[in-house]
Amino acid sequence: MALIDLGKKEVHCKIVYYGAGRCGKTTNLLYVYNAMSDNDRGKMLTIDTKGDRTLFFDLLPLNLGKISGFDIRIQLYTVPGQVMYEATRKLVLKGVDGLVFVADPLKVRQERNIESLEDLRRNVADHGLDLKDMPLVLQYNKRDLCDTPVPTLSVEELEQDLNQVYKAPGFEAIATKGPGVFETLKEISKRTVNYVANKHLFNK
Amino acid sequence: MILTAKSVEDVKSILNDKLISENVQTVLVIDGAGNILAHVGQDTEGLDAISLAALTAANFGATSQIAKLIGENDFSLLYHKGEKANIHFARLGAEMILVSIFGDDVSLGLVRVRVDELAADINKIFEG
Repeated sequence: MALIDLGKKEVHCKIVYYGAGRCGKTTNLLYVYNAMSDNDRGKMLTIDTKGDRTLFFDLLPLNLGKISGFDIRIQLYTVPGQVMYEATRKLVLKGVDGLVFVADPLKVRQERNIESLEDLRRNVADHGLDLKDMPLVLQYNKRDLCDTPVPTLSVEELEQDLNQVYKAPGFEAIATKGPGVFETLKEISKRTVNYVANKHLFNK
Repeated sequence: MILTAKSVEDVKSILNDKLISENVQTVLVIDGAGNILAHVGQDTEGLDAISLAALTAANFGATSQIAKLIGENDFSLLYHKGEKANIHFARLGAEMILVSIFGDDVSLGLVRVRVDELAADINKIFEG
């Protein structure tokens, strides 16, 4: 649930990075955190296990400048990707305004991607939302693996698996090195702010 | 949720009057998604309120699952005692949580009574 503070002229939105375990959600946030100036970012909060897997969530607050006189403040969250943490994922989705689905290109993770997207659809539905109506961006991560002998899926195959229904914009990315990270963030931020403004300010 | 300058000022005035005046250090009102609706008290500069709000919302979500395991629907308040600082969380209506941080010079009983007293007023201002 976005928050619009008319007194301070601020809009706060919540964007959640979703996807199967080890797909690169936290890596996206870390790249954004390291690339932004102190003025535009808050503290990054991470709750992970010793094996560097996200246990609860990561949070990165960002200031994205002004639109129509309102300061846009975005909170980026990740969820734990492992199947067993479904209850935690549902908690983190409470009040979500926009979603990035990070897809893993490894052929062995093909089913995991599909299951994770279905898990996302189910969990937002439990919050009374329809994923088809929400701002959603797909990120095809780890594209650098395609140049290695490891069996991977092409973007067309990933689109076929994940984007037939939602027809969401998709971006190729290498979150460890940066390509595609900000393109993804820019697109989801734009869509989320539009969605929040239309829903809460203009009641469309 | 849409906040107006007046609603935030009205809520801050109640929090100052009921809690800060009794030496409670910091008070936040947050929503279930972890957004900060109002923030008053002496630590407003030094405290990482954004992280605190996000963790509080998540903590409430997690403990409500514990509540269900013992046949309760939810817990309406949580309390953590530290060596110097203590923290009290209370549900305000269906969507909001009030967080009070205070030292050993303030009794838990007083905080509970004051929070009970102001809950309905804040609910009315923010939720209408």
